[in-house]
Amino acid sequence: MTDTTISHLDALEAESIHIMREVAAEFERPVLLFSGGKDSALMLKLAEKAFWPGRLPFPLMHVDTGHNFDEVLEFRDSRAAELGVPLVIASVQKSIDEGRVHEETGPKASRNRLQSVTLLDAITEHGFDAVFGGGRRDEDKARAKERVFSFRDDFGQWDPKNQRPELWNLYNARIRKGEQIRVFPISNWTEMDVWQYIERENIELPSIYFAHKRQVFRRDGMLLALTRHVSLLPGEELEETTVRFRTVGDATLTGAVESTAATAEAIIVEVAASRITERGATRGDDKFNEAAMEDRKKEGYF
Amino acid sequence: MEMLRFATAGSVDDGKSTLIGRLLLDSKQIFEDQLESVERTSREKGFDYTNLALLTDGLRAEREQGITIDVAYRYFATPSRKFIIADTPGHVQYTRNMVTGASTADLALILVDARHGVVEQSRRHSVIASLLSVRHLVLCVNKMDLVDYDQLVFDRISEDFREWAGKLDITDLTFIPVSALHGDNITSHSPNMPWYDGPTLLHHLEHLYIGSDRNLIDSRFPVQYVIRPMSDKFHDYRGYAGQVAGGTFRPGDEVLVLPSGLTTTIEGIDLYGESIDAAIPPMSVTLRLADNIDISRGDMICRPNNAPETTQEVDAMICWFSERPLQVGGKYAIKHTTKSARALVRDLHYRMDVNTLSRDETSGTLAMNDMGRVSLRVTAPLFVDEYRRNRTTGSFILIDEGTNETVGAGMIIDA
Repeated sequence: MTDTTISHLDALEAESIHIMREVAAEFERPVLLFSGGKDSALMLKLAEKAFWPGRLPFPLMHVDTGHNFDEVLEFRDSRAAELGVPLVIASVQKSIDEGRVHEETGPKASRNRLQSVTLLDAITEHGFDAVFGGGRRDEDKARAKERVFSFRDDFGQWDPKNQRPELWNLYNARIRKGEQIRVFPISNWTEMDVWQYIERENIELPSIYFAHKRQVFRRDGMLLALTRHVSLLPGEELEETTVRFRTVGDATLTGAVESTAATAEAIIVEVAASRITERGATRGDDKFNEAAMEDRKKEGYF
Repeated sequence: MEMLRFATAGSVDDGKSTLIGRLLLDSKQIFEDQLESVERTSREKGFDYTNLALLTDGLRAEREQGITIDVAYRYFATPSRKFIIADTPGHVQYTRNMVTGASTADLALILVDARHGVVEQSRRHSVIASLLSVRHLVLCVNKMDLVDYDQLVFDRISEDFREWAGKLDITDLTFIPVSALHGDNITSHSPNMPWYDGPTLLHHLEHLYIGSDRNLIDSRFPVQYVIRPMSDKFHDYRGYAGQVAGGTFRPGDEVLVLPSGLTTTIEGIDLYGESIDAAIPPMSVTLRLADNIDISRGDMICRPNNAPETTQEVDAMICWFSERPLQVGGKYAIKHTTKSARALVRDLHYRMDVNTLSRDETSGTLAMNDMGRVSLRVTAPLFVDEYRRNRTTGSFILIDEGTNETVGAGMIIDA
């Protein structure tokens, strides 16, 4: 830091912390979505910083598809325990068992789309009025247009044509009962910023983000890991290779990339050289059509 | 690495999306899967070239109608800077979007078509940039390829614009002749315009000095959140969290707290367990004070010999966003820094025509996308500076108390 300027990471950090404090000050029952992924690990770190030496003034929540990587769930539980923050687990399996949603069938069935119902049910059940998410605007065309404070009506829907203007660092937190605001404190971070910050701050992540040997197979141009949630289709063959994950969503949809990067520093070098977007490389859920994210957001998804 | 935020403005036709697509592509921010998708769509739509404008298309409705409906934020970085672009559409709800994009911008990039020169819209965009105190303005004269890269065309447009901009409050004005479609003078010097010896657009964005744009003189710290852990380890800890809005704060500084008027000194400045020796804008920190005085959210910490004005009467230029017009005599919720109150619109002095800068004093109201000067009376004292001097303590938003929509944005004039 020189006398008059601060680095891009410091500026991004300051903006995110400001947003988190605004939410804590202006809402009755905020909650922070925490999946154990790298963006949510970053969010948790920023929240710790925002309220230090106090505790987080809100609980954590995970929408668990039941198809997660074990390493990520372990990480999720240990981080929550370490901070002594309550963790609400909203279970997609429970929504299925209760008949709230119907599970897709077939070998490529996914629970991704079902998450929105589980999320909205949990928001209603707990009376959350602000929900922090780790969405970034560089991830997707629809996200690029979404506000930091994203207003959702009482159906949880996003209306892209009717967003509140957002100026300076003044956020409009006013809602009626039943409505909510989805808050995206790391809107302005890119994948590169996230990794640079993870390295600088030495933020702990689930092991699967770093290169490791794993049984994988190819499907739809992606490298999927063999887990208890996925079975091989005829013609698919297992191979053992050294991979890491760039995102850690649903294990049935999240592809690995071949990589030998075993540290945050090595990953930064790879991210800089990468020619494929994070979601394009590794997320089956966004591949279904050009407007997949936009459609899911209108249904109440993050 | 420093961060630069800039807003772009222009309509579909003057090549703004192509320019942004070009910046992203030439700075290697476009990934293969994105480019493939754009190449595929270009073929499907019958273009005989890769239409870079498609890179910045967003929502389905926009693709279907071939328009842009909202501010989109885009990101790229070079080895020297990280850039955030607020990409604002030129036509639908233009003022609202441009004002939003400009509110956080260090620089405004305005495009004109070399064949048409400075048009009404270019003037409107520069007025908005000036009103929002965007210090640096770049006028890109685009489509130089369509005027045979003629220096005279560029010189005439630049002169024309410079003359107009004399009326505005813009400190730094730069003109660059470009062709976004062919990449001339975007990231490398164009062999087609040997007569141009200024910087390329990217070079200018990378090297522009912005260090002096923030107010480092008037110390302002709006209290955002009070941290009182009351834990065993931090039993007596009491910290005032917020984002520095001006000046420099150091441990040992004597400070004045508003509205109480009490003074004390800064005992320490905390950032996650780390004590720091100076806090400047826009850092988010926590101040610890030597004396135990009653301070809550919405209060202002400043210096005894340099305080903002404490007032319930505010004069401001406002931009109106709502389909329901501004009502003189109307009451709205107001949010200024971390303070919320209610405001009564006492008077509308004039509506300003952002194309001509002329004032209409007979207008009794402001419709959507109008700008005008108003006087407000606020239910609680605000701690304000003139917007030109401080964008944080000089700005506010108005909210409709019935619909909860953000209906207006204000820049304080008469502090």
